[in-house]
Amino acid sequence: MPTVSVKRDLLFQALGRSYTDEEFNDLCFEFGLELDEVTSEKDIISKEKGEEKAEGASETVLYKIDVPANRYDLLCLEGLVRGLQVFKERINLPRYEKIIPAKDEGQKLIITEETVKIRPHAVAAVLRNITFTKERYDSFIDLQEKLHQNICRRRALVAIGTHDLDTISGPFTFTAKAPSEIKFKPLNQSQEYTASQIMDLYRTDSHLRHYLHLIENKPRYPVIFDSNGVVLSMPPIINGDHSKISLNTRNVFIECTGTDMTKAKIVLDIIVAMFSEYCEKQFTVEAVEVTYPNGKTHIYPELAYRKDKVKPELINKKLGISETPSSLAKLLTRMCLNSHVIGNGNNIEIEIPPTRADVIHACDIVEDAAIAYGYNNIQMVIPKTYTIANQLPLNKLTELLRLDLAAAGFTEALTFALCSMEDIADKLGMDVSATNAVHIANPKTAEFQVARTTLLPGLLKTIAANRKMPLPLKLFEISDIVVKDPTKDVGAKNYRRLCAIYYNKSPGFEIIHGLLDRVMQLLEVPPNEENGYTIKATEAEPEAETYWLPVQHGVHYTATMKSSAFFPGRCAEIFVRGQSVGKLGVLHPDVITKFELTMPCSALEINIEPFV
Amino acid sequence: MGVLSWQEAQGSLTAKGEREPRRIVGLGIMSSEIKAPRPMTSLIGLITSQSPRIALRPHSLRRPERGSSRRTQDGAAHSSSSAEKEHFRVTAVAFPAVAMSPSVAELLLQRLERTPPGPEGGLCSLEAATALGLDHQTLVGAVKSLQALGKVIEAETRATTRWELSAEGAEVLRDGSPEVRLFHSVPTEGLLQSDAMKLPGAQVGFSKAMANKWLRLNKGAPGGPRIFRAVDAVQDTVQNSLRQVQEGNGNSLSERERTDLKKRKLLLEVTLKSYWIRKGSAFSTAVVRQETDLTPEMIATGSWRKLPFKAYNFSALGLPPTCGHLHPLLKVRSQLRQIFLEMGFTEMPTDNFVESSFWNFDALFQPQQHPARDQHDTFFLQDPAEAPELPTSYMARVKKVHSQGGYGSQGYKYEWKVEEARKNLLRTHTTSASARALYHLAHQGKFTPVKYFSIDRVFRNESLDATHLAEFHQVEGVVADRGLTLGHLMGILHQFFTKLGISKLRFKPAYNPYTEPSMEVFSYHEGLKKWVEVGNSGVFRPELLLPMGLPESVSVIAWGLSLERPTMIKYGINNIRELVGHRVNLQMIYDSPLCRLDA
Repeated sequence: MPTVSVKRDLLFQALGRSYTDEEFNDLCFEFGLELDEVTSEKDIISKEKGEEKAEGASETVLYKIDVPANRYDLLCLEGLVRGLQVFKERINLPRYEKIIPAKDEGQKLIITEETVKIRPHAVAAVLRNITFTKERYDSFIDLQEKLHQNICRRRALVAIGTHDLDTISGPFTFTAKAPSEIKFKPLNQSQEYTASQIMDLYRTDSHLRHYLHLIENKPRYPVIFDSNGVVLSMPPIINGDHSKISLNTRNVFIECTGTDMTKAKIVLDIIVAMFSEYCEKQFTVEAVEVTYPNGKTHIYPELAYRKDKVKPELINKKLGISETPSSLAKLLTRMCLNSHVIGNGNNIEIEIPPTRADVIHACDIVEDAAIAYGYNNIQMVIPKTYTIANQLPLNKLTELLRLDLAAAGFTEALTFALCSMEDIADKLGMDVSATNAVHIANPKTAEFQVARTTLLPGLLKTIAANRKMPLPLKLFEISDIVVKDPTKDVGAKNYRRLCAIYYNKSPGFEIIHGLLDRVMQLLEVPPNEENGYTIKATEAEPEAETYWLPVQHGVHYTATMKSSAFFPGRCAEIFVRGQSVGKLGVLHPDVITKFELTMPCSALEINIEPFV
Repeated sequence: MGVLSWQEAQGSLTAKGEREPRRIVGLGIMSSEIKAPRPMTSLIGLITSQSPRIALRPHSLRRPERGSSRRTQDGAAHSSSSAEKEHFRVTAVAFPAVAMSPSVAELLLQRLERTPPGPEGGLCSLEAATALGLDHQTLVGAVKSLQALGKVIEAETRATTRWELSAEGAEVLRDGSPEVRLFHSVPTEGLLQSDAMKLPGAQVGFSKAMANKWLRLNKGAPGGPRIFRAVDAVQDTVQNSLRQVQEGNGNSLSERERTDLKKRKLLLEVTLKSYWIRKGSAFSTAVVRQETDLTPEMIATGSWRKLPFKAYNFSALGLPPTCGHLHPLLKVRSQLRQIFLEMGFTEMPTDNFVESSFWNFDALFQPQQHPARDQHDTFFLQDPAEAPELPTSYMARVKKVHSQGGYGSQGYKYEWKVEEARKNLLRTHTTSASARALYHLAHQGKFTPVKYFSIDRVFRNESLDATHLAEFHQVEGVVADRGLTLGHLMGILHQFFTKLGISKLRFKPAYNPYTEPSMEVFSYHEGLKKWVEVGNSGVFRPELLLPMGLPESVSVIAWGLSLERPTMIKYGINNIRELVGHRVNLQMIYDSPLCRLDA
């Protein structure tokens, strides 16, 4: 959720009244915003860098306001104020107007063929006779940054460039050139660099280095020139210094280039709608003609108003309220959706302004009616939906077994489903390729390399973290492991496992064995070979090899633990009705040592799915 | 959870110490190394003629107890290897009288009888123990037993401190201090520093000998730094001081000498608690022996009718039962399952941590450029990197509604790519399972209303802190029926949260890609004195439901919350890492109370 930081006093001045923090918080809550923090520049610096550095910083009160991720129209002070004032019926939503200059008098942007493979889209507009102040200018820059971080997906989808139109002369050309052929003075630099040098220059820049990868490996970089060959910008990295805007800039040329046309249009509409407020002719924008490589032309910004019709009873029915059509229309108008009743009160016509690109379906309109009505004014009703509850059989069995395992004296652990490759392989004396594990592509740390294929490492790590506890330690966990399974739609499957462990001065195999007997008793599986369970000594296994057990009751399951984890001669495989369901035994001293333990330990791990 | 119990949970955090049972602290040796007083078992054993046995019990239980002989089994089960010693504390336990020889108490009374009456007359428990050839602790047991009989004796506690050698100190006394030993190991031609450092105790010895200017170091010597004797002979003052302590003259050392030796961990200051014992107003050597407890023999012979019984100490705690324990998070999970079942919700299958981007995002109308689909937020898979199978015709409808719209929607108008949808990941929410369940519902033929729930793990590639882990449990409820309204969603949320003990709710408009309207659920937290978010909810978008094939008249309302957050509030845990994962303290699991959410 984007956070917009605004100066409190400036906000209240624009709203025409002041609020206590609590009052403003309530207003935000009602409107779907969140007053996240009341702070000041000084506070922020002192928190981040220490009090000394904050010395002399501004103590102006700042409101940090969380804005819903789809409301690009609320990402700056101008938009927030406009939204809240319309919501409070203090102003009417202004109408944004596109002024198309007479033929050959307007600005032109020509897109060449070369951009197609790298950044094919571009739109542009001009704000004429704008008056910047320090605050307006800062807000203008901030909004671009907020848009870049959110809808523009860190400039991958759209990058914005704003220029002082009086320093450049159209028509402008958006093309792509080899890095060595691009040379200009980047914004706030003192000398010219080639594009390749620019990339090197910004490799260590805390801000810009994040965007370099977007074009770095392309043979050609996108670039916009004016008719004299002056570089406006090299999107999505940096603008030229030549055309940079200042507080004195009167005419602003705005270009948005990108890989997503829809978003480029939205971004341009938002910027011009927000800042046309400061133009001599308020809320007007001068259009720019964009020429595509195929010769076709189009006028931007779109600033399109879309009309939609929604039946009043649909709104009432979806919300559980009963408002008249005209009152619903009024509610919607308060949400910047100018609405009126048509067709004898049977329909409401809604005009969706260019700033509300988030409204794409009637359900969005319904939500806005609900916000204006006040969520907390809606009558709560218990649905009459009559249903009979059912538990998932596997979870039901798990719940029952948990209780009886605790009654048998074992304590329940809850360990992570993600772990390192080492945990499931090296430490258990096997090769990772034999685990059939699911591998994570982008782990932040080695703790999240794979999904666990056995519950044993988690329990051993739990004991390692609790070595100071009195012995014996008796732990269990019933939870899921994950293995690759090409027969599944996602190529992997969970299995519900039961793992128990006994850690003491003696291995206590008989205790773990006793627990197995108890579990089988609970599951009504008698100790015999034909229709019950048996345990059989495992042979020393050949080098790590994955084996798939045959399908039973439509369920695949792999061997639970490799016997490499066990002390030779102290490991048995558990068979239920001839089917292997797991293993039990005394852990191998190497395994104990690798998990930083010192005592003998016996363990049991079975798949419980066959018992559902 | 719940408004009331939130407070309670907070209270129990701060007042944890006070909740601990009262401890009856016996007299014992307080070593200077033990900072906190160790609680001791209350001694209520009878005056016995048998020498008491030493039993071990887990230190962690930290509770005085009533039983005595019951503990023998426990004691026998544990041996006392050095590795285990720190887990157990030694407790003297008296056993019921059976033998005929005089008991410790009787011996003590006999000695006491010989002391002159009046305030001056009396015995020191330490001296008495030495004289009787008994362990002091044993004598203390007898004193306590006698005290329990009334005014037979009077005993007041006294504390004396004395100095003892540590194990290391004893070694120095025997072999000399490390600095002297090192000095003697250095021959006249000197010794390579690297070789010297391999000698036992050389680290300490070297620094001390250098400080004493006994040795000098030539850093530039050929072959590496070399040490040489700087004086001809040295005196082992450390050893001498320790000898004095050993001979009981520790007090003759200067304060500074003692502090130095203490710093070097050669000396221990031992606080000895003892009793000064005097005759009481009802002094007698003929004490009636009281029985500890009923025995089968007493019942058989009826002798219990005439026997006096020792009073129980009811302020001591009982013996904790040996049992297993359930994990607190999963106790809360059980209660939440119970709540859903009470409300008629059926459990959805969630048995796939691995999910395709299609079900996790696309099916939920979450556009392919959505930030949640970024590498920074989601665990993508390297193997299996792609889902082998996606539902073809449904996928075509999903593609269309994303890229072009339909079902009354403008769509997102972007180029939807199947390669993105195929990308496997660890599910970021269980809403993917809800999507599968709803798709399945749409394909079962005639629509029937359903209420579904699930509680299972989800995964986020987040930076970890006190409230965020890479995996957590999501609780999700879904209702699909004709004519459901936002008021219904609020109504069912109210019922659900009331069962969790939270009844003061308010709703904030919010944004979720897959619900519209969307609401965040806030509850007033009495402890924090503010509204805190407790869940997220909404009405599923038509762009999600209609491509699945659900009838247009059907609305689906849903909500979700994490399992960890209410559990942390319920059990007063501030750091999620103390609740989940292998690093949790098992004692926390052992001690966690029942999960009663509405209480």
